[in-house]
Amino acid sequence: MNSTIVSYLSQFEGYQKFVSMASSFLGSNASGYITFLVFFLGAFVIVNVMALIGGLGTYAERKISADLQMRQGPNRVGPYGILQFLADGVKMIMKEDIIPSASDKFMFTLAPLLALLGVLATFAVIPFSSGLMLSDLNVGVFYLIGVSSLVGVGVFLAGYSSNSKWSMLGGMRGASQIISYEVPVTLSILSIVLLAGGMSFGTLVNAQSGFPHEWFILHNPFTFIGFFVYFIGALAETNRAPFDLPEAESELVSGYHTEYTGMRFAFFALAEYMEVFVVCGVAAALFLGGYKVPFDLGDGAFFTHTLHLPEFIGKNIGQVLELGSFFTKTLVLYYIVIWIRWTLPRLRVDQLMTLCWKYLTPIALFNLVGCAFWMYYFEGKSLYVLLFKSAAHAAGAGH
Amino acid sequence: MASHGLDVYMPIIILMAFAVIMIVGALLVGRILRPHNPNALKESAYECGEEPIGIAWSNFNVRFYVVSLIFIIFDVEGALMFPVAAVFKKFASIGLGAPVFASFVLFILILFSGVIYCWKKGDFDWVKSYRIPSSK
Repeated sequence: MNSTIVSYLSQFEGYQKFVSMASSFLGSNASGYITFLVFFLGAFVIVNVMALIGGLGTYAERKISADLQMRQGPNRVGPYGILQFLADGVKMIMKEDIIPSASDKFMFTLAPLLALLGVLATFAVIPFSSGLMLSDLNVGVFYLIGVSSLVGVGVFLAGYSSNSKWSMLGGMRGASQIISYEVPVTLSILSIVLLAGGMSFGTLVNAQSGFPHEWFILHNPFTFIGFFVYFIGALAETNRAPFDLPEAESELVSGYHTEYTGMRFAFFALAEYMEVFVVCGVAAALFLGGYKVPFDLGDGAFFTHTLHLPEFIGKNIGQVLELGSFFTKTLVLYYIVIWIRWTLPRLRVDQLMTLCWKYLTPIALFNLVGCAFWMYYFEGKSLYVLLFKSAAHAAGAGH
Repeated sequence: MASHGLDVYMPIIILMAFAVIMIVGALLVGRILRPHNPNALKESAYECGEEPIGIAWSNFNVRFYVVSLIFIIFDVEGALMFPVAAVFKKFASIGLGAPVFASFVLFILILFSGVIYCWKKGDFDWVKSYRIPSSK
């Protein structure tokens, strides 16, 4: 187990003392129970923070759209209307829970659960910082792609089970769109896996560094294109405009969640906003250096050795810097996603399929071969190293 | 290397449990707060204010079937290439990059010929045009 939250904590004396104390109290080895407790508390904090970000995402969406259209946006509840999402939540929970009599009731209740399950389960591998990462699975990215497909199942199930024509159309579109765009996304991620030489998020992020020229987006021309292919595909996978065909409010009323009311609808909205955060976080981790901070400030060595702070404080300052780095990159991408939604018109179904199969997929395949070639021919050195470092090396060797 | 125990999968089960708790909890809390007086009109499917005609469970358009077939080909491709991509760096570092790269490209070329076939057949066009032979 490396670079998970437990191994981060177990490097401190206090944690080990606590484990041995609990062991002597219980009379047997308590490290397994303590691990469970740490995972439980970590998961609890992450779920709550992410739900808060999902809620603030709806507020940000309305406020940014208002900004782009020269309106005020929500401004009544709390300062600058920032508590609007809480008021919405209270309203949602007070609404009557209507299940259409003609619907498939079991599937109807299962669909929001699957959508939320698929999103929440991905938070286990998202690298928030080198210490705050619930589990560094060795199949990290692969697991993430697999588990986030559950959202697609939820969308289709919602459309199918409602027994409404609008929902059915939205569900069919959603299913075909999500499975189509999974192909270019997977291939773009594959090229990064190839360059980093591993699938776990720890390996992928540690292959990069703090400065932009050490990120995978500027590693070589193929990854630069790959980032945009990934981002477009990820937008389509989260059903965001300009790819919001499954819920296309002007043609399909509300698409796959037409029949959902109250909290059941709220869970779909929450799942959507949290999934946007997930895909932005993955884009930041894979292409934009993840939690890496310039000058290796993240491991805390600077604070403990140069500034002579205690080890515990120094390491935690490093963690906070890493968290800040990750969240800044992710939230900038989040802003861009909202910006795109309120700028671009929606695509037609045939344009959607053409874009995916005739443009993105061949480009992603080309990128993959290009990255494999780069790995083989340039031994995986980045463009910056090849341009500047090798010349300096040759000049140094000439002396 | 990651450990060989299954404890790394523990957070996933915990997070999935949280998803279930969130939904069940919110619906149970809502049950106390929300009104509950259903009637037949409320429970009918929305169809622009008209009475719904028939059921919505119709046949799928055959285009979705083609899309899903192509998707399965590419998804299997992705699943098969992930292990190769993960070990490619190690093979390149011990000087075996050329054979791995060659087999990698060969595999992609075989699949890409499938793309070209689908493209030529017009399966990537949403509005597919058939050439109807003249009856003369």
